[in-house]
Amino acid sequence: MTPIIIIAILIVAILYIFSLYNTLITLRVRNSEALSQIDVQLKRRTDLIPNLVETVKGYAKHEKTLLEDITKARSSLMAAKSTQAKAQANNQLSETLKSLFAVSENYPDLKASQNFRDLQEELTDTENKVAYSRQFYNSNVRDYNTKLTVFPSVLIANAFSFKPAEFFEAEEADKKPVKVSF
Amino acid sequence: MTIYNQISANIWKSWLIMGLFIVFATTVGFVIAKAIGYGSPFMIFVLFLSFFTTVGSYFFSDKLVLATSGAKKIKKKDNPELFRIVENLSIGDGVPMPDVYIINDQSPNAFATGRDPKHAAVAVTTGILERLNKSELEGVLAHELSHVKNYDTRLMMIVAILVGFIAILANLFFQNLFWGGGRRDDDDRNQGLFLIIGIALAIISPIVATIIQLAISRKREFLADASGALLTRYPEGLASALEKISSDPRPLQTATNATAHLFIVNPLKGKDLQGVVAGLFSTHPPIKERIKILRSM
Repeated sequence: MTPIIIIAILIVAILYIFSLYNTLITLRVRNSEALSQIDVQLKRRTDLIPNLVETVKGYAKHEKTLLEDITKARSSLMAAKSTQAKAQANNQLSETLKSLFAVSENYPDLKASQNFRDLQEELTDTENKVAYSRQFYNSNVRDYNTKLTVFPSVLIANAFSFKPAEFFEAEEADKKPVKVSF
Repeated sequence: MTIYNQISANIWKSWLIMGLFIVFATTVGFVIAKAIGYGSPFMIFVLFLSFFTTVGSYFFSDKLVLATSGAKKIKKKDNPELFRIVENLSIGDGVPMPDVYIINDQSPNAFATGRDPKHAAVAVTTGILERLNKSELEGVLAHELSHVKNYDTRLMMIVAILVGFIAILANLFFQNLFWGGGRRDDDDRNQGLFLIIGIALAIISPIVATIIQLAISRKREFLADASGALLTRYPEGLASALEKISSDPRPLQTATNATAHLFIVNPLKGKDLQGVVAGLFSTHPPIKERIKILRSM
């Protein structure tokens, strides 16, 4: 009887190890998917910017520096590769856009333009979408990183060299306050 | 209690009640089957009967509820703010976006339906759209979306199967008692004993089953509150919305007993009954308690 029991216990143990490993893999793949979803939302933002710049140029030609800032922020967002760089570039773009929308108060024709208002709404919405996709990604990372460190999955994680994932956030030092200049 | 504690507590509590329910249902099935003189094949047959009738009704229940409530599906341009809220919450939860419906009714309420996130719908009344501000509406919709994500419709369907199982058994037992049929198992000297226990069980088990069903429903409501709060990271939104909704005494015109459990607050009751008995038979926990828990997160 005893050999059968030992074999049964071994089989259960091996199946358990399989399931721990598979859980880690699944969580890791979910991370990459969540990350690419953030990129989808970031792309939505960058796609809207050229249209915005053109619209504003039509009414507020003199705000050249502001428009240049926005275009620059857009380029650095598109060029960002690492999670942290993207987070920073996105924050930077949000700050510049805030300045633009504040300045637009000075141009009643611009404010009245339906096109401008639609773009403003869309851009605010994309900011929310980025925030939500970030939140989803971060909660996945939280679950994954937790699984990497708790017992017993930590043993499997170390055995197969699973690395912790990065949260999507900007560095504390680089969070600059909004500079609105009229 | 943190949001995370709330979530895990309500998950394990609902599964504990579910487990006890399965044990209870099996016991009732065993006793009654023995009392009538049939064995386990009979029990399994009754279970299948309940399964098919319940699954059938749940399969169409979402379309039925939407149809009977007069809900109209909307596109983004019909109500961009509502559409965007649902769209963004789905991104936050990592689920496909459900269809959005609006019900023309002055009473403020909302519900979610669907057997899984891919086939889901949320509906809100014009009453709720008028009364709530954006973060309150987000809180309500996050709660509804959480019902979908937590597969609550599916869970309540399984619970309904067990309730149906018990109801059919009790029914058959009494028919057997009054009209005869069944078998006298001469080899089983205990059949008389099972008969007596069977009578007692057949009387109380349908009531007990309903109480258990409603207890599970209430735990899943708390869970949806907590999951929604985790999604919006702003429990005050839902708390404030519940306050506004509960102060409106008008019942929802198109809700019935069968669909009441889907709504965010019980659409049938005018007042929030506090008594123990009323509490046992309610699909939703008392609103005051829900608000208290949300504000303590």
